[in-house]
Amino acid sequence: MTLNQFLQNLPFFSIMIALISGVVCSVLPGKAAKRVNAGAIITVMILSAITLGYTLQTGTYFVYTMGHFPAPWGNEIRAGVLEALTALMFCLVMLLSLMGGYHKLDEEVEQTKVNYYYVLVNLLLTSLLALIYTNDLFTAYVFVEINTIAACGLIMIRQIGRTIEAAVRYMIMNLLGSGLLLLGICMMYGITGHLLMSNIQESVAALAASGEYHVPLLVSIALMCVGLAIKSALFPFHTWLPDAYGYSTISSAAILSSLVSKGYIFLLIKIIYRVVGFEVFQETHIVNVLFVFGLAGMIFGSLSAIRENDVRRMIAFSSIAQIGYIYMGIGLGTEVGMIAAVFHIFSHSVSKALVFISTIGLTDMSGYSRKFIRLTGAAYRNVIAGIGFTIASLSMVGVPLFAGFVSKLLFAQACVSNEGKLLPTMIVLAVSTILNAIYYLKTVIRIYVPSGVKDESRTVWGANRLYTAAIVGFVILNFTLGIFSQPFVDLITEGLHMFA
Amino acid sequence: MIDLDKEKAARPSLKERFHTWMEGEQDMYLGELEMKPPKNAPGQTDETVQETAQKAAENASREKLRQQIPEGILNTVESTDRLVPTGRRLLKVAFDKAYPVLATVMCIAIVALLLVTVSWMPPFGSADNPASNEVAQRYIEQGLEETGAVNIVSGMILDYRAFDTLGESNVLFIATIVVMILMRIDSKEEKEKLSAEEAAYTHKKTLEPEHDTILRTVAFLLVPMLLIFGIYIILCGHLGPGGGFSGGAVIGASLILYANAYGFQRMEKLFTAKTYKVVSFCALGFYALAKSYSFFTGANELESIISTGTPGRILSAGLILPLNICVGLVVACTMYSFYVLFRKGGY
Repeated sequence: MTLNQFLQNLPFFSIMIALISGVVCSVLPGKAAKRVNAGAIITVMILSAITLGYTLQTGTYFVYTMGHFPAPWGNEIRAGVLEALTALMFCLVMLLSLMGGYHKLDEEVEQTKVNYYYVLVNLLLTSLLALIYTNDLFTAYVFVEINTIAACGLIMIRQIGRTIEAAVRYMIMNLLGSGLLLLGICMMYGITGHLLMSNIQESVAALAASGEYHVPLLVSIALMCVGLAIKSALFPFHTWLPDAYGYSTISSAAILSSLVSKGYIFLLIKIIYRVVGFEVFQETHIVNVLFVFGLAGMIFGSLSAIRENDVRRMIAFSSIAQIGYIYMGIGLGTEVGMIAAVFHIFSHSVSKALVFISTIGLTDMSGYSRKFIRLTGAAYRNVIAGIGFTIASLSMVGVPLFAGFVSKLLFAQACVSNEGKLLPTMIVLAVSTILNAIYYLKTVIRIYVPSGVKDESRTVWGANRLYTAAIVGFVILNFTLGIFSQPFVDLITEGLHMFA
Repeated sequence: MIDLDKEKAARPSLKERFHTWMEGEQDMYLGELEMKPPKNAPGQTDETVQETAQKAAENASREKLRQQIPEGILNTVESTDRLVPTGRRLLKVAFDKAYPVLATVMCIAIVALLLVTVSWMPPFGSADNPASNEVAQRYIEQGLEETGAVNIVSGMILDYRAFDTLGESNVLFIATIVVMILMRIDSKEEKEKLSAEEAAYTHKKTLEPEHDTILRTVAFLLVPMLLIFGIYIILCGHLGPGGGFSGGAVIGASLILYANAYGFQRMEKLFTAKTYKVVSFCALGFYALAKSYSFFTGANELESIISTGTPGRILSAGLILPLNICVGLVVACTMYSFYVLFRKGGY
């Protein structure tokens, strides 16, 4: 076995490492489980980086058979630049999110159940990796199930009334989404006879050309899109989101907002490119529906955030707006639009996780209150969290040098490629940016307004090294995406070419 | 009568509302959304005193308004807070009435859409369906030879598409973990509270009969048979209809029946939290490692030590038998754990 052949095993190894460490965590005590979990994430991160290097070097994707039987009969996974890059980014964000929330986990989760948290995180990572790498529609569905249940556990492991309520809402909405997705997959199988993505694409192209099974094809694509839109909280289906992000323990909120919903969007992009085919998808006009709801989400998510007086819920509502951006990019129906959408997946996950992580530092130094007024002067009480929040806010608003600016620039450039959608995109983009600025900058001003109270308690420098490291890590990531954006855009472009 | 002008005057101007929003003390939607009036903090300034006085006047006028509303309407909106103004309240009543109607219409529309779609689908079971292609053909024609399993379904789920099944058994595992997080009671106080409740119930003998002769006799006869039948289904999963999922469900059901008839104390001799831990860990760990080996050798075209054996023998079909046992154990443990956790919050 040559080195090149061996390197093709790495995606498979990373899925298995995450899965086995999840099972191992279930029998370990909390502290050991934490170490196993961190070790697994770091290992997977390194493996993904090597895979990325390998695919860049060979310049093409590779297919890996899971077992003795080749693809249409057995399972297979497929790795290219985009897959490896996404896996790498997801691992990085997940590790930093956990680092920023370790201290809250001890407070908010029962001691005897802490190890289950890491079981959930590991299995969540497994399912994300499987969603990223899989080349089979049914495998994707199985791991969507794991993803849903794990996310539900992450919400309610902090056992207070609001999280239980949030978890119930989450479960109802997400199971509806899963059901619609499954229905869509079943119909697709019924009319094409395949579950392997590349085979379906061939059949769909033939069906679209001949006009056979036109109605089931259209409904199947629509069901898959709606299912995944519900699961990733596109605007009218977002009601499960604010409580789920607003009350769960902070690592969960960061992971849910930056990874779980993005995993579903990644699957949707995969379905668009590799199952339905980009041209066929564009002809169905479903792309326009996604576009309209994306635009609506950009406005209404921000409006809800402006009205909110609870910081955590405000940030949660802002996620709805940002998900709207991504769907708007997909809805443009051009390649540049898709590149912008994928870039925004990364830039949003980096910024939103940082917002959540730094908010917890601010609210903890404000009497554990999430009420806006209590945050007055919080940035002086916890300096590092204040800096983190400011940087993340500037990034979310779209100030140059930060990651959010680049994605907004890419969106603005991308909408030129579609003449019909140019005007609405530009207008909504501008309005949404202003709305973003209203509530984020209002919070930034609030935390830097001196509270006037003398001899306030402040966090000691270096008291929580992991937390500080997490914020610094996120800030570096943010600047990297914001300043050295061109290499990332090139990587995404190359990845999308391999993808199709 | 209500003085509407006065009420209007009591509302803050746009500028004031912007300031309060900026301050975050209260948002500009106060009085327009459901919320509770803030409690008076001890160190009030004159301004806030004035404000609270204003609010009190506002509340009083609303209270008056409330008294004038006929009983029927008041009852329907009892749950909403009294700070909600009349316009909003009527809107809410209208919404509550329109919601079920609209939801029904939507459901009917979706049902109709799906039915129309089904009528366009290829006919069920027809030989020229797109699904009757080379994939199914190879499963049927070469399944026995390639996997060694007489039962083609077992061959498909545990050999051809074993990765999906690995995911599926992890769905069960993670579901149990989540139920444990939700239901398992670990703190001593909660446990004592629960056992006190339990005692009250057994005293009443309403919920669960203790020492019920009929139940015990039936369980005495059925449980061994069910267990043997479940084990048979699992072990012969590659030879005939059956497999880990169905056999595990039978075993799980028999465990639940036994626990019901003979009580949890006797069940604890067989099955405790530790049993679940060890069994699920071993089963899933073995499954993942064994399949990893199989995937690795398969993908890299290495020689595998796993042979398919003679089809029809009990020890044949390579990994399918051990994997069926693993899946069966996981399913049985999951079923029994669900029952125990929901019933009394621990083993």
